[in-house]
Amino acid sequence: MKVLVTAKRVIDPYVKVRVKSDGSGVETANIKMTMNPFCEIAVEQAVRMKEAGVVSEIVVVSIGAQQCQETLRTAMAMGADRGILVETADEVQPLAVAKALKAIVDKEQPKLVIMGKQAIDDDCNQSGQMLAALLGWPQAAFISNIAVNGDGAEVTREIDGGLEKLSIRLPAVVTTDLRLNEPRYVTLPNIMKAKKKPLEIIKPDALGVDMSPRLTTLKVQEPAKRGAGVKVADVKELVSKLKNEARVI
Amino acid sequence: MPTYTAPLKDMQFVIRELAGLDEIAALPGCAEVSADLVDAVLGEAAKFAQEVLDPLNCSGDKQGARLAGGKVIAPDGFALAYKQFVAAGWNGLSGQTAFGGQGLPHSVALPVQEMWSSANMAFCLCPMLTAGVLEAVGHHGSAAQQKTFLPKLTSGEWTGTMNLTEPQAGSDLSAVRASAVPEGDHYRIRGTKIFITWGEHEMARNIVHLVLARTPDAPEGVKGISLFIVPKFLVNADGSLGERNEVKCVSIEHKLGIHASPTCVLAYGDDKGAIGYLVGAENRGLEYMFTMMNHARLGVGMEGVALAERACQFALDYAKTRVQGREIGQRSGDRVTIIHHPDVRRMLMSMRAQTEAMRALAYVAAAALDKSKLHPDEKQRRRQQALVDLLTPIVKGWCTEQAVEIASTGIQVHGGMGFIEETGAAQILRDARITTIYEGTTGIQANDLIGRKVAFEQGATAKAVIAQMRGVVGDLDQQPTLATMRTALVAGVTALETATDWLVATFPAKPAMATAAAVPYLKLFGTVAGGWQMARAALVAQKQLAAGQGDAGFYRAKIASALFYAGHILPQASALGHTVINGSASTLALDVADF
Ligand SMILES: Cc1cc2nc3c(=O)[nH]c(=O)nc-3n(C[C@H](O)[C@H](O)[C@H](O)COP(=O)(O)OP(=O)(O)OC[C@H]3O[C@@H](n4cnc5c(N)ncnc54)[C@H](O)[C@@H]3O)c2cc1C
Repeated sequence: MKVLVTAKRVIDPYVKVRVKSDGSGVETANIKMTMNPFCEIAVEQAVRMKEAGVVSEIVVVSIGAQQCQETLRTAMAMGADRGILVETADEVQPLAVAKALKAIVDKEQPKLVIMGKQAIDDDCNQSGQMLAALLGWPQAAFISNIAVNGDGAEVTREIDGGLEKLSIRLPAVVTTDLRLNEPRYVTLPNIMKAKKKPLEIIKPDALGVDMSPRLTTLKVQEPAKRGAGVKVADVKELVSKLKNEARVI
Repeated sequence: MPTYTAPLKDMQFVIRELAGLDEIAALPGCAEVSADLVDAVLGEAAKFAQEVLDPLNCSGDKQGARLAGGKVIAPDGFALAYKQFVAAGWNGLSGQTAFGGQGLPHSVALPVQEMWSSANMAFCLCPMLTAGVLEAVGHHGSAAQQKTFLPKLTSGEWTGTMNLTEPQAGSDLSAVRASAVPEGDHYRIRGTKIFITWGEHEMARNIVHLVLARTPDAPEGVKGISLFIVPKFLVNADGSLGERNEVKCVSIEHKLGIHASPTCVLAYGDDKGAIGYLVGAENRGLEYMFTMMNHARLGVGMEGVALAERACQFALDYAKTRVQGREIGQRSGDRVTIIHHPDVRRMLMSMRAQTEAMRALAYVAAAALDKSKLHPDEKQRRRQQALVDLLTPIVKGWCTEQAVEIASTGIQVHGGMGFIEETGAAQILRDARITTIYEGTTGIQANDLIGRKVAFEQGATAKAVIAQMRGVVGDLDQQPTLATMRTALVAGVTALETATDWLVATFPAKPAMATAAAVPYLKLFGTVAGGWQMARAALVAQKQLAAGQGDAGFYRAKIASALFYAGHILPQASALGHTVINGSASTLALDVADF
C-alpha cells in the first residue's frame, strides 16, 4: 500500500528562539532549521512499515519555502521514495496545510497518511485532524503503536488517562506521538541516493487551493521573566502559597 | 559539562568561500559534490558526532581502554558506537566506489573528520587508521590484496593499523628491525612494534596491520624497508576468517591523554612467525608510506583544529555562566559573568580567531590535495601537488602546536575549575598533547618544511604562495575598514619572505644553522598563512555585508576575528622572522658536552 507522510521544516529544537524586534514573529533568518521531530517519527514509521513489507511506496510532502527541499531530501535519505514540495512563501496555517494535503491525497490516493501530532514551532496540533475531517476519513491522533491488517489498523493512542486502543478502517489519517519509535540515523549511502530520488515542486494555485492565512498574529513577545524564588518555612506555608498565590491547587 | 555543537556555519563558509567548493565540484568524478550534498553530509555527520560520539568522550577518558586476558576492551559504549558508525556508512566516506566507498573528496572528508575528532578524538583514531590502510593498499596493493581486504576495510567491518614504530625506531625509521622472511607466497614476520594505535580490540571481527619490516638481504637504512599486510585473523580463499595469526598485544600504555584509544605493544611471530603479505615490491615500504603521508598528516593537523574548536566551545560556555566580579569601573551593582571582563574576552577572541584561521588553512590544503590528484590539467596537478606538499607540514605542525596553546588558554578561562577534570577542559589539553608528536613530531615537520619543501627548490613554491598573499594585500587596499589587517599582513608577509630568502641562502652552506631555525620558521609560516586566510575571509565577509546578503551577524563576527588576528597574532610574525634569521647561533652556542 502507498503511504503519505508529511515533513515540516522548523527551527532546530536546540536553537534558542528569539522574538523579532518588531514583535511580528520569531527570527528565522540564518537560523538552523531541521525536520520537525514528530514528522521524523512519522517518516521513520513509514520506513519501518516498508521494511516490514506492509508498505510499498512512501511519498513525503512538505509545505513551505523553497528550502523545504532539504527537509524532503532528509526524509528521502531516511527511506521515503519521492517528495512533493508545495512551495509558498506565505505563512502556512493548519487549515491551509490540511487543504493542500487534501488535494495531494486526492491525487495520490494513499491508504494511510502519517503526520506528526504537532510541529514544535507553532504547536498547533490541528493539521492532521483537519485533514481527516476534510477527507471524511477516520483519524487516530497521538499514536504510540500501529499494526496494519488488511483494510484496517490497530492503533494505540496516548491519551491523558493512559493508553487507548482503537481499530480503524483504512484509508485513515494518524498522527505520531514521541513513543511510536526512535528515528534512525541517516546513512551516508542513503544521503547520496536521496539526491537522485524524484522531487516534485507544486504551487498552491496548481492544486486549486487557497492557502492564504486566516489568522492574524497581533503580537509575539517573550514570556515573562521568571522571578526569584522564595524559601518557605514549612509544608503548611508551601501549600498555602500554592493555593493562594500560585493558584495551582 | 557542555556538549559539542558542530560549527557548521563556519565549516560551510570555509568550504565554499575559501577552499573553493565550486572548483572541487568541477573536478572529474566530483560532479555530485554540490553545496546541497555537502550540507546534507555535514548536517548528518554533525548529528552523529553530537549525539553518539560526544557523549562517550569524557566517560571514555575516565574509564580508558584496558587489557584483560589478552584482549583489549574499549571503554563502555565504544563498541556499540563503532557498530552504529559502520552501519551509518561513515567509514566509507572517501573510500573507492569500486570497493563500496562513496568516493567523496578530501575537501568533504577532512571537515567530517574534524567533527569526529572534536566530538571524540580517541574514537576517531580507529577509522582514521583504517583510512590509512585503505589508501596504502588502494594505491600499492595487488588486485588480489585489494579484493580481499578493501571491501571490509571500506565498510568498517574490519579496521586497520599502521605499524612503523619500534623501541629504537621512532622519528628515524631507518632503524626498523622487524624481519620478514619469504616462505612460498607469503613472508614470516617477527619483531616488536610499539605505540600501535587501536592495535588490538574487539570492536571489529578482524584487524589488518600494515607493518614495516626488513627482508633478509635488504640494504641498510631507509632503502631496505618493505611493507606487509599482516591480518589478525588469516583470510580464507572464500573470504571467511581462518586461523589466528601470530600477532599478540602484550601490553597497552598508560598515557597522558586519548585514554580511550588503546596504544599497543604488538609482538609478531613468537613461534613460526606471523604470516604477512608483501605490498608492492620489496624495499619500497617507506616510499609507499610517503604517498599517503600528506593525507595522514593533514588528518592530524585537523585533530588540532578539532580540539581547538572543542576548547573554544567549552571556554565560551563557562565564560557565559561563571559569575565573578563586577563590570570594569563599577563598584556596586550586580556581579557579572566573566565574559564581561576584558581579559576573558581577549582569551576567547584569541582562541576563536586562531581556530578559524587554522580551519581555513587546513581546508585549503585539503582542496589542494584533491586538485593535485584529480585536476584534468597536468600542470595544475603538479602546481597543486607542490602547494599541498608545502602546506602539509605547516598544517600538521602549526595547527597542533596552536591547539595545545588554545587548549591551555581554555583551561585558563575556567580558572581553578579548568584544572579540575570535571569541566572537561583539562582532557582537551591532555588529548591535544599527542597531536604534536605522532605522525612526525613538530621538529620532524619543520625539517621536512625547510629542507624538501623550501630549500631544495630554492623556495619556489613558498614564493608562489607569498605572491598570492601579496595579491590579497592588493585586494585589501580598497577596504579602509580592514586597514589594520592590511598593515599586519604586509609586515607578516615581508617577514616570511625575508626569512625564506635567508633559509634558501643558509641551508646549503650551514645546514645546522638553518635547521636550528626550522620550528620558528614553521610557526612563522603558519602564523602568516593563517593571516592570509583570515584576510581572505574578511574580504568575503565585507563584500557580502556591502551587498546586504547572507547572515550579517556571522560576517561581522568573521571580520572581528580577522581584525583580532591582525592585532594580536600576525604581529608575532615579525618576532618569529627575527628569531629565524638571528636565533640559530644562540641555539647552538653550547656544545653538547656543555649541557
Ligand atoms: C599515543 C601514541 C600513539 C601512536 N600511534 C602510533 C601508531 O599507530 N603507529 C606507529 O607506528 N607509531 C605510533 N606512535 C609513535 C609515534 O609516531 C612516535 O612516537 C613519533 O614518531 C616520535 O618518535 P619517538 O617517540 O621515537 O621519539 P623520538 O624520535 O625519540 O623523538 C624525541 C625528540 O627528538 C626529536 N627528534 C628526533 N629526531 C629528530 C631530528 N632528526 N631532528 C629534529 N628533532 C628530532 C623529536 O622531535 C622529539 O622531540 C604513537 C605514539 C604515541 C605516543
